[in-house]
Amino acid sequence: MSSAVRTKEDTIATLKHYSAFILLGVMLLLNLFITPNFFRVGTLWNIVTQTCTIILTGMGMTAVISTGGIDISVGAVMALAGIISAKLLDSVGLVPAILIAVLFCCVSGVIAGFMVGRLKVQAMVVTLALLIGVRGVAQLVNDAKIFYLTGDRAEVYKKLGTAKIGGVIPIQVILIIAAVAVTWFILEKTMLGRHIQAVGDNSRSAMLAGISATKTLMFVYIYSAAFAAFAGIVATAKIGAADGNSLGLLAELDAIAAVAVGGTSMSGGRAKVFGTVVGALIMQLINITVNMNNITYEYAQVFKAIIIVFAVYIQRDKAA
Amino acid sequence: MGRDVLLEMKGIVKNFPGVRALRGVDFTVAKGEVHALMGENGAGKSTLIKALTGIYQKDEGTIRFDGKEINPRTAVEAQREGISTIYQELNLVPFQTVYENMYLGREPRNAFGGVDRKKMITETKVILNDLGIHVDVTVPLQKYGTAVQQMVAIGRAISVNAKLVIMDEPTSSLDTKEVQVLFDVIRKLKARGIAVIFISHRLDEIFEICERVTILKDGALSGEVGIEEIDQLKLISYMIGGEAKKLERTKAGYKLQDAPEIARMEKIEQGLRLNGIGIDIKKGEVLGLAGLLGSGRTELAKVLFGATQPDKGDILWMDEKVHFKTPKDSIKKGIGFCTEDRKVEGIIPHLSVKENMTIAMLPQISKYGVVSKKKQSEIVDEYIKRLKIKTPSPNQAIRNLSGGNQQKVLLARWLCMNPKLVIMDEPTRGIDVGAKGEIEALIQELAGNGISVLMISSEMAELERNCDRVVVMREGRSLGQLYGEEINQDAIMAMIAAAAGELEKEGGFNE
Repeated sequence: MSSAVRTKEDTIATLKHYSAFILLGVMLLLNLFITPNFFRVGTLWNIVTQTCTIILTGMGMTAVISTGGIDISVGAVMALAGIISAKLLDSVGLVPAILIAVLFCCVSGVIAGFMVGRLKVQAMVVTLALLIGVRGVAQLVNDAKIFYLTGDRAEVYKKLGTAKIGGVIPIQVILIIAAVAVTWFILEKTMLGRHIQAVGDNSRSAMLAGISATKTLMFVYIYSAAFAAFAGIVATAKIGAADGNSLGLLAELDAIAAVAVGGTSMSGGRAKVFGTVVGALIMQLINITVNMNNITYEYAQVFKAIIIVFAVYIQRDKAA
Repeated sequence: MGRDVLLEMKGIVKNFPGVRALRGVDFTVAKGEVHALMGENGAGKSTLIKALTGIYQKDEGTIRFDGKEINPRTAVEAQREGISTIYQELNLVPFQTVYENMYLGREPRNAFGGVDRKKMITETKVILNDLGIHVDVTVPLQKYGTAVQQMVAIGRAISVNAKLVIMDEPTSSLDTKEVQVLFDVIRKLKARGIAVIFISHRLDEIFEICERVTILKDGALSGEVGIEEIDQLKLISYMIGGEAKKLERTKAGYKLQDAPEIARMEKIEQGLRLNGIGIDIKKGEVLGLAGLLGSGRTELAKVLFGATQPDKGDILWMDEKVHFKTPKDSIKKGIGFCTEDRKVEGIIPHLSVKENMTIAMLPQISKYGVVSKKKQSEIVDEYIKRLKIKTPSPNQAIRNLSGGNQQKVLLARWLCMNPKLVIMDEPTRGIDVGAKGEIEALIQELAGNGISVLMISSEMAELERNCDRVVVMREGRSLGQLYGEEINQDAIMAMIAAAAGELEKEGGFNE
């Protein structure tokens, strides 16, 4: 809005645009007053560390949802990556174990991308099937038992979840920055990013402008699976054990909620990368607020529900 | 006149944001009359029907039906008054049986409160037999073709005591035989005193089945006549004629006899829509496709662009046989396509003017997949200036622009690619006169620079002003060509009207 006069509509639009940020600010402010010791360095790093898996899966999810799709298999993929990498650790070493785990998970993304992009099956159904199937495979890998990380190599692996750079900054901060930077770069600066948002906003127009929806969709589901795999590995490292049954359980819901609160439309279109980050922080902040004020966790869920509905309500597209 | 009036709509006005879709339309239908409602796209036919059936609320005017004033707020209310609509896409449940569909939502009960299937079956048989339809009513509806499904929908309408049945393009997916069955049913309805509003763009059908015809144009009444009073030519002129000629043709004669050919399509067939048509386009030529709605103009353009595939036929690009699997292939060769429906097939609404304009040319301004911001901005700034696009900023979401400016952005999308051929489907639809003049000037400028333009327009005058040559189409065939000054509304209409009998001899549009 360069030289144009600011109208009430413009103001509302701006508020809408930054609503997730405002909400985060309000919540931080609220905590300043009600939560003792909230603004201690330890607490803040705690929030970031715990938000890491939501942000990682949320980055992939932002790309997927921007195309108008959804990927509810990310939690199961996390478990698969965790258990494969943990099991392979001793035999092949850390880096190969992680690479193999990520590649394996990408297969799940390829299946999803092919089914959604090429065969035009609904994303919800395809990734639901993967949620069930991949979780099953993750459990089979170690006979549905928890795999504890032990030994020298395991100590290095665990660093991925516990290391602190300079003794202060958790490694998760680096991972988050890297994931957000890459995703932002792809979505905002590359051709592929334009294609992703165009396919999600109006796939017919996109096709008629020479864009291949199949390739674009293929990419986003693989991208989502890869990020879910990294999230699974970080989570495994932090806990020091991989559990095919419970690792990443319901993680897809947090990721979707972060994207929704962050302002990316569920029907596709504009991807809000930083919005997703803020959305993830809001979700985690609710947990911590409730926790630190000795309120039972069940309330956190109720608050989350209210925040999700409220955020999506104020950002809704009236014209659509 | 002695007509026993059933429906009388008077002074109907309907406004949409920015548009007056109906500007005081009168529409009268008599009891037991088969009445055609005609008009080109955007003439207001469907708005009028929707105002009648309660889907839209009229802004002004009155509706009298069967002796009393009605004001239906929903389709159900309209149905209760006795107005039933048979939609193009039938709202039936295909996997349920014929009789279940007949009684959908109003199933008769037996003594135990259960569904009385026996009654449903026998009565469904009676209803359909009365219409001359003999089918097994206990099998799923989807076993039968569109025609029978339509009959069931009609049967349903009658069994709820409809006095007026509206049929919106009922023949669009029927073959010749099925059309005759439908017409028999319509005659039976008429014999029972049920009136029918028949919407179709197939002129032959109108003359076969209808007694009266009301023609709309640009949201206003263009004519209301008995069918025996007019011929096809007159009907066509009611639909498209009488337009004020504010803009003038700028070039004289046809001088492209020796220009090299850029594209050629041969014997293109696609379903019932394209029936062996061929066209050729020369370098720097503005070639027009003229014809009424449903003549296959857009379908032909889409085949050339690779957006749909033909069943048969060849496409030659600069004398070389090509096969465009997707638009991506044709874009690479230098073709651009400004679609008819900007909203559905043109703009990417939430993306910016900048992104919309450069979406097709990204491969050319990207290095290793990263878009060059500088090149992108240069191009966007240049075309915003050149086409005088009014937008607060290149970063404005395109959906916030006016129709004319959206269209200019879409034109720029192709022009910035340095195309060899630009297809423009209704390039000035829904655009104000000023922008219209600018776009027409642009078309001439392109042709002057050696870019070929394939132009589709329902406005004959627009073709008259801009085209070097026009191919006249009807029912997926080419009826002939007009060159230079020969192109005018009367000549085009005469060609379309004259083809009526000819095509019938060949079996018309249905093979």
